[in-house]
Amino acid sequence: MDQRVNGGVGAPIPHDSGHLHVSGGALYTDDIPEIRGTLHAAIGVSERAHARLKSVDLTKVAAAPGVVAVITAKDIPGKNDYGPVVADDPIFATALVQYHGQSLFAVAAKTVEEARRAARLGVIEYEDLKANLTAEAALKDQSFVLPTERLVRGNPRAAIATAPHRLAGKIRIGGQDQFYLEGMVAYVVPREDGTMLVYSSTQHPGEVQHQVAHALDRPAKDIVVECRRMGGGFGGKESQPGLFACVAALLAQKTRRPVKLRADRDDDMMITGKRHDFVTEYEVGFDDDGRILGVDFVLAGRCGYSADLSGSINDRAMLHSDNCYYLENVSILSFRCKTNTVSNTAFRGFGGPQGMIGIEAVIDDIARHLDKDPLDVRKANFYGVTERNVTHYRQTIVDNVIHDIVADLEKSADYHARREALRAFNAKSPFVKRGIALTPVKFGISFTATHLNQAGCLLHVYTDGSIMLNHGGTEMGQGLFTKVAQVVAEELSVDIGRIRITASDTSKVPNASATAASSGSDMNGKAAQAAARELKARLTAFAAAHFGMAPETVAFRKNQIHVGDQTVSFNELVKLAYFARVSLSATGFYKTPKIGYDRKTWSGMPFYYFCYGAAVSEVAIDTLTGENRLLRVDILHDVGKSLNPAIDMGQIEGGFVQGMGWLTMEELWWNDKGKLMTHAPSTYKIPVASDVPPQFNVRIYESGINAEDSIFRSKAVGEPPLMLAISTLHAIRDAIASTAGYALSPKLDAPATAEAILMSINELATRRAKVTAAAKAAVPA
Amino acid sequence: MAAIRRKTTATNGTVRFVLDGEVVAVDHVDPTRTVLNFLREDLGRTGTKEGCAEGDCGACTVVLGELDGAAVRFRAVNACIQFVPTLDGKELITVESLEHANGALHPVQQAMVDCHGSQCGFCTPGFVMSLFALYKSASRPSRTDINDAIAGNLCRCTGYRPIVEAAGRMYEYGNGTRKADENWMNCSFSSLTDRQPSRSERDMIERLRSIQRRDMLALTTGNRLYFAPARVAELADIRVAHPEARIVAGGTDVGLWVTKQHRDLDKVIYVGNVAELKQIALTDTHIEIGAAASLTDAFAALVGDYPEFDELFRRFASPPIRNAGTLGGNIANGSPIGDSMPALIVLGTTLVLQKGPRTRELPLDEFYVAYQKTALEPGEFVLRIRVPKPDAAAHVRSYKISKRFDQDISAVCGGYRIAIEDGVVRSARVAYGGVSAIPKRAPACERALVDQPWNEDTVRAAMAALDRDYTPLTDMRASAAYRKLVTKNLLYRFWVETTGQYTATRVLESFA
Repeated sequence: MDQRVNGGVGAPIPHDSGHLHVSGGALYTDDIPEIRGTLHAAIGVSERAHARLKSVDLTKVAAAPGVVAVITAKDIPGKNDYGPVVADDPIFATALVQYHGQSLFAVAAKTVEEARRAARLGVIEYEDLKANLTAEAALKDQSFVLPTERLVRGNPRAAIATAPHRLAGKIRIGGQDQFYLEGMVAYVVPREDGTMLVYSSTQHPGEVQHQVAHALDRPAKDIVVECRRMGGGFGGKESQPGLFACVAALLAQKTRRPVKLRADRDDDMMITGKRHDFVTEYEVGFDDDGRILGVDFVLAGRCGYSADLSGSINDRAMLHSDNCYYLENVSILSFRCKTNTVSNTAFRGFGGPQGMIGIEAVIDDIARHLDKDPLDVRKANFYGVTERNVTHYRQTIVDNVIHDIVADLEKSADYHARREALRAFNAKSPFVKRGIALTPVKFGISFTATHLNQAGCLLHVYTDGSIMLNHGGTEMGQGLFTKVAQVVAEELSVDIGRIRITASDTSKVPNASATAASSGSDMNGKAAQAAARELKARLTAFAAAHFGMAPETVAFRKNQIHVGDQTVSFNELVKLAYFARVSLSATGFYKTPKIGYDRKTWSGMPFYYFCYGAAVSEVAIDTLTGENRLLRVDILHDVGKSLNPAIDMGQIEGGFVQGMGWLTMEELWWNDKGKLMTHAPSTYKIPVASDVPPQFNVRIYESGINAEDSIFRSKAVGEPPLMLAISTLHAIRDAIASTAGYALSPKLDAPATAEAILMSINELATRRAKVTAAAKAAVPA
Repeated sequence: MAAIRRKTTATNGTVRFVLDGEVVAVDHVDPTRTVLNFLREDLGRTGTKEGCAEGDCGACTVVLGELDGAAVRFRAVNACIQFVPTLDGKELITVESLEHANGALHPVQQAMVDCHGSQCGFCTPGFVMSLFALYKSASRPSRTDINDAIAGNLCRCTGYRPIVEAAGRMYEYGNGTRKADENWMNCSFSSLTDRQPSRSERDMIERLRSIQRRDMLALTTGNRLYFAPARVAELADIRVAHPEARIVAGGTDVGLWVTKQHRDLDKVIYVGNVAELKQIALTDTHIEIGAAASLTDAFAALVGDYPEFDELFRRFASPPIRNAGTLGGNIANGSPIGDSMPALIVLGTTLVLQKGPRTRELPLDEFYVAYQKTALEPGEFVLRIRVPKPDAAAHVRSYKISKRFDQDISAVCGGYRIAIEDGVVRSARVAYGGVSAIPKRAPACERALVDQPWNEDTVRAAMAALDRDYTPLTDMRASAAYRKLVTKNLLYRFWVETTGQYTATRVLESFA
């Protein structure tokens, strides 16, 4: 007989809300039935990038139809700040505005339409100040949100200077809007005695709780934040929902009525932060095999007007500037540039992708310089398994599987034969050129701020044998709730159908970290396991006592408990335990072991373990227009022992496509006044179905197993697959390189839009002409 | 707020449509109230989502059923920019309509669950509805058909692969359960063509017949007027009486004035009920397209004669936009980046304009006067678009450059028509959108082509001449430098493609 429970660990079951998603029955924050008297809010924003506020006249706003309340910074009883780390994010700007779209005031009205119309009626006088809109401009002015950091190992200057070959380069890496389909929304319901219930679409209910408490000048105990699900987060709802929750709460406190604030798409995109764009410069010295002897990176991340999470994001860029490569002599200088643009924030990968793109560009340049297959140069630089295995931050890698993954993928994707075939194609095709690239991924798992690596769970068993599960993680579509429920089902040997997964709620599990850093199932799974084991231990002890047997004879198997030769159903045992006054509620707690590092010396163990993967992309580009198409993608990705292969597959495919959008078509464009002009899907283009390659072969690495004691030896899967898409950028570089006989390395910034590609082709042609002319001139007449 | 009743007799001033098998009557509705807000706020049907309020993300997709002769035609539209009165006489199907009363999921929904087609789930109702429209209108969709059907739906989580898979598998769920008493919702397109309609289908058609109107629908709500004439003569009279009224056809542009710019439209004339205006006729010399024919129908007719434009039209907006939007609207709105304009201009398209009883004909390239300004007189409207039939001696092409292939606005869109005789260019028409305030022809370029041999020297000279025709700008879609360059290179591509050099010139072909 099959002893497995339904929906246990490893089962590819559908998302717990799948049936609700498809029928419209899944409630998002804006779908919660409104309480009578609910008001709707809108934010009035700055129309200047950098200016002193000379006067703010809101007479017309207050007089507009339907308006019930108007608030500015003066109406904040507590702190005018929602900054997650540094107190530099005002809820409402006061004397100074620092970006186009910054919140100045808010209005509550009877309808959404009335609120939005009124919010446009503010009469604001500005005195313009000089605005720095790019990282380069900020760098020139030495304008930073946080101190500059430098990580050095070995002697990179000397290693570069004495290397047989040297190259220098620069790449611009664009930002990216999270473009969660559900925009920012908060619904605040005042309750008795000054307390508030806040429904917020947030990855971090605990932080929203504190932000609202601070703004209202109330203790945290008076604020409850709840979130059943988000319509996507991707990091965009890690620190940013606080503004919307605070504004709604302030208006609710003032009007004593429920207030909902839902930003429309344009406001959402103009007000909230995005992925950091980077300008990365590098200098590298290497040997004839392409092995890097020394490398020097300068990373300039555009942080926007405030610190937000930029410290950790830029740290992660530094920590991922190695990707899979051993860098013996390395220097990484990291500038956290302050600009008069929206404060950039978390986005899947959290700086890691930007760091990795830098080293991958270095590798490609080396390969072109030596006329080698970039894959050979990659392999020559891979971390070893037992030697050359200490990262530039002095963590020894003990779980390196990149060699095996790349070898497997190289074969299954038929990399070498296809590379030859497409070069033959290119020789005959004057306008359309093809390119191919295999790029690897190694991504470190854990919050680099060590204290955040903790999680809690609350588990109730009711007398009918049904189970309520709650934990500090949030559901944004990644299937966290499903996976954690699978862990509980497995631990208690009960079918998943009896488990009700409930909304994230600060009054059920306190002080939870953001659901971020890919850590959701690792940490909440472990916390849930602890709670389930606690309950199981109590039930085991009770069953042993009740049946007069030793505890070792008690076994939980598929909704039944065996005690010696007796069998009792889970329901019966629970009922018996209740009558015997056994507590049927437990909490679980988890903190990630081993980790910890010293940021001052950039050394230690910031990551519990690493995730690995690799992708081969093949593209076609049009050399007349720069248009490109992704033709085929092969992926092999390591998720350890999967908790749910169907969900993990969804993360891999979805992460790849999101990364491909970032690197090939999603372009954020500000005008010269600092106004974002790509603030809706009509102008900001994320991939659609036809952008997915017709051949998309994705495999989970079957021998994957976490070397550490993670939850059932699984691995995190949220962020790492995004970086598989770096292969698309490099396939395009390969195609461009073909236009100059593969002799020169293309300069290609991301995103590789048609324009970027065509300009890169032309630059390459110009460079080639110069090289040819120089070669001719060098020949004596 | 609008007053909603169930069942009513036909009265003017009342909008009637079918929802979940019942006739719904709505009185006193604001004529510019969107179907999305009506569903979510007035009916509490929150399954339909707002993702962008501009018809670009598809989270709000609903399906409309409309009588088409003896059958019903189902098409996906964006509820966020559709006005409630335009539902009059139609069946509105939302994601909540699909689930059976006993809780059983619709085949489309079940396929989506089984294929893991949802993650965050916010876009899912829109995908379900786009797939439902496909389920009801195609039997064995190819991967391209599926991609096209969901080109207007954005998903940020899944990477689309499982959704495409669900679209392929949804037909399997209908098999074996198909009975005469089957609910019409569950019957796929193929099953309808294979068999007699079920009782449920006949009832559905009967209900729709019961709410058709022969007369004009006129609504007065507060100070707002809404007219939906049923005949051209009525339209002509109303237009003269209210020259300041905004004509709405698909609402795919005007809808945004309301949702994005918060503009008040106090007088609206909806032309979607004028049957004559939706007709498409093929004469010996022309394709005659009624101004209110949907883009879907108009493009199908044009591609019939001009297969060269298949790619352009497939990449034009998305199915929900093409289903709602009209060719007349695309022309009359005067946008500098209307993607059909360069092609239509080079074909020598003319417009028949009507004012009161008077009609006149105007070449399309004389229709645009300045940025978003046309030659329409007050009280005048576009009646018909006349596209000449192909000339065997002429080559035509249109190329669109955009950041994304599907459903994007072009950075540059070029149209070309050239007639060659004995290797010499006898006539040339070249037009571009996206490089000046209006879509317009390139006279210097055309002069450089006419009477010249159709060779590389000529095309290079004509490419250089384009600098005299256009001074493009830099914006979020492309830089001026790129526009200048690609405008020329597209002409070069046209030359390559029309000189019998069998070589790949488009990356899209690499797909095949």
